[in-house]
Amino acid sequence: MAVAEKQHTTISGVPIEPLYGPEQLPGFDPQGQLARPGEFPYTRGIHQSMYRGRLWTMRQFSGFATPEETNRRYHYLLEQGQTGLSVAFDLPTLMGYDADHALSEGEVGKCGASISSLEDMEILFRGIPLGDVTVSMTINSPAAVLWAMYLAVAEQQGVDWKAVSGTLQNDILKEYIAQKEYIFPPRPSMRLVTDTIEFGTRHTPRFNPISISGYHIREAGSTAVQELAFTLRDGIEYVEWALERGLPIDEFAPRLSFFFNAHNDFFEEIAKYRAARKLWAYAMRDRFGAKEERSLKLRFHSQTAGCSLTWQQPYNNVVRTAVQALAAVLGGTQSLHTNSLDEAYALPSEQAVTIALRTQQILGYESGVTNTPDPLGGSYFVERMTLDTEQAALEYFRRIDEMGGMIAAIEKGFPQSEIANASYQYQRAVESREKLVVGVNAFQQEDQPIELLQIDQAAEAHQKTKLAALHARRDNGRVRKTLDTLRRAAEGTENTMPFILDAVRAYATLGEICDALREVFGSYQETAHV
Amino acid sequence: MNPPIRVLVAKPGLDGHDRGAKVIARALRDAGMEVIYTGLRQTPEMIVTAALQEDVQVIGLSILSGAHNAIVPRVMDLLREKDMTDVKVIVGGIVPDEDAAALKQLGVAAVFQPGASLDAIVEFIRKSVLVAQP
Repeated sequence: MAVAEKQHTTISGVPIEPLYGPEQLPGFDPQGQLARPGEFPYTRGIHQSMYRGRLWTMRQFSGFATPEETNRRYHYLLEQGQTGLSVAFDLPTLMGYDADHALSEGEVGKCGASISSLEDMEILFRGIPLGDVTVSMTINSPAAVLWAMYLAVAEQQGVDWKAVSGTLQNDILKEYIAQKEYIFPPRPSMRLVTDTIEFGTRHTPRFNPISISGYHIREAGSTAVQELAFTLRDGIEYVEWALERGLPIDEFAPRLSFFFNAHNDFFEEIAKYRAARKLWAYAMRDRFGAKEERSLKLRFHSQTAGCSLTWQQPYNNVVRTAVQALAAVLGGTQSLHTNSLDEAYALPSEQAVTIALRTQQILGYESGVTNTPDPLGGSYFVERMTLDTEQAALEYFRRIDEMGGMIAAIEKGFPQSEIANASYQYQRAVESREKLVVGVNAFQQEDQPIELLQIDQAAEAHQKTKLAALHARRDNGRVRKTLDTLRRAAEGTENTMPFILDAVRAYATLGEICDALREVFGSYQETAHV
Repeated sequence: MNPPIRVLVAKPGLDGHDRGAKVIARALRDAGMEVIYTGLRQTPEMIVTAALQEDVQVIGLSILSGAHNAIVPRVMDLLREKDMTDVKVIVGGIVPDEDAAALKQLGVAAVFQPGASLDAIVEFIRKSVLVAQP
């Protein structure tokens, strides 16, 4: 191959110099600019000893078919040494529809667990003590409802809300920007998010009410810089809304958490995580006047890049995932999900998910990369990239601030168009073989079929039967009353969480609660930006 | 010269992952076709109605959620009911081989799985429309 003529760029298209040395870092001051791990601005990590003190949480995202089947997978994962749970919900649940809704047909249990009521949530966590296991829930538009179900199950288990620990994704802005699982328009959605942040600040001090996510922005085709900039700018938007609500910054900021992608370009990713911590620390201190150290520290979960996995030669995905996971660890992640080799085809089989978990265990226990914090700190290349990534993100902040903030930018279609352009450029680069993807546009060979997880076709029928029985069994008068009260609360300015909790406890379904909110808030339709 | 090929790119089902649909829409447009992108969450009825109104020769369905076996047969049925079987239907997304074979049995012209090249898709559409209108 004509390597000599090739322009060297990262996967995001950032040009890379032939060599990095002190001349790339003029005036660089390791003491002042960089500081030590655990010290402002935390470029080198949020803890002094990082993984010497404690490894990251190995948290595999999982959920499929019925809550019964998913519950069995959770017990298996915990027995294999996984240290936290992470719930994947199916598309109807993500969109606030019950399993028996017309639009749910063919989708129940396909992309995650189907949860239509508190009863399903009780089954999902059967035999799992919510006071001991931390649980992350990937749910956004109807996050308040699913969280209320979770808190109701904790209540039933006799676990004090003050002890429950975990994370709600609850990041609606990136839904409008990238993943598109939205129900209500942006402003009422932001009100619901702010309700959960406020409720969490008062009642669940160990729970992260939001995980501000770049993952999906990147999966939608953004560059590393766009992922970083849009995510942190979303974070700024949530902070502004919470302040507007009257919450003191240092009361809620320590519970804001983040979620980034771990993509293929190793050093670009590490620079991204390092720049993220620095940017957030400065934004919290200088933009919002946060004083508490915990408010300044950006904590993040990471997941290897689903979009990097190939259908061709699927076993190669184990290697991709290992490299991406290593970047996340060297970037100082607090928790990690490693994708399974078969995920370009389907939800992962038990065997595939076990290899993915073992990948993390090998990094954590065998590779030695955990022995010292930020081992790449001081590398000319990594420090230069960190600074450049930071500057490029600040430029996006400036443009979005000028537009009047993230909601205004979304309404203009700005982040959507930026991502669509980047994703098209990347696809063109793959098409022209400017960027090589092993097994796809280079080194191709015939594939052997692999064993895939089969989602039980009976899942949909099973969920519908359970739902019909619940409708017949519950106190329908009480359901109506709690829904009416919720509707009135939504029309006003009160925090909706207590009303959602009442409806959930009465076994009002997810669909019923979301319908009540749809009546008040309306539904969102996007203008597509191709 | 023939008028440009008209294509409806549609995203049925509840899934919002529209990266593939948008990239394809743009690639077809760059290849000189007239592309109508429906946006998200289209029912089979909405898709077929749009195809009729826009008088397209090709419908491209992007499905990544595993719901293709519920969605695609309905689209094919509706096309038959409305006497629109001359419209070519192509499916792109995460469709296992055995499902792809079954969809082709129902009359789907092609199924493009992950990693398919943009040029191959453009070529396929050009050829199949040329054959249809000699």
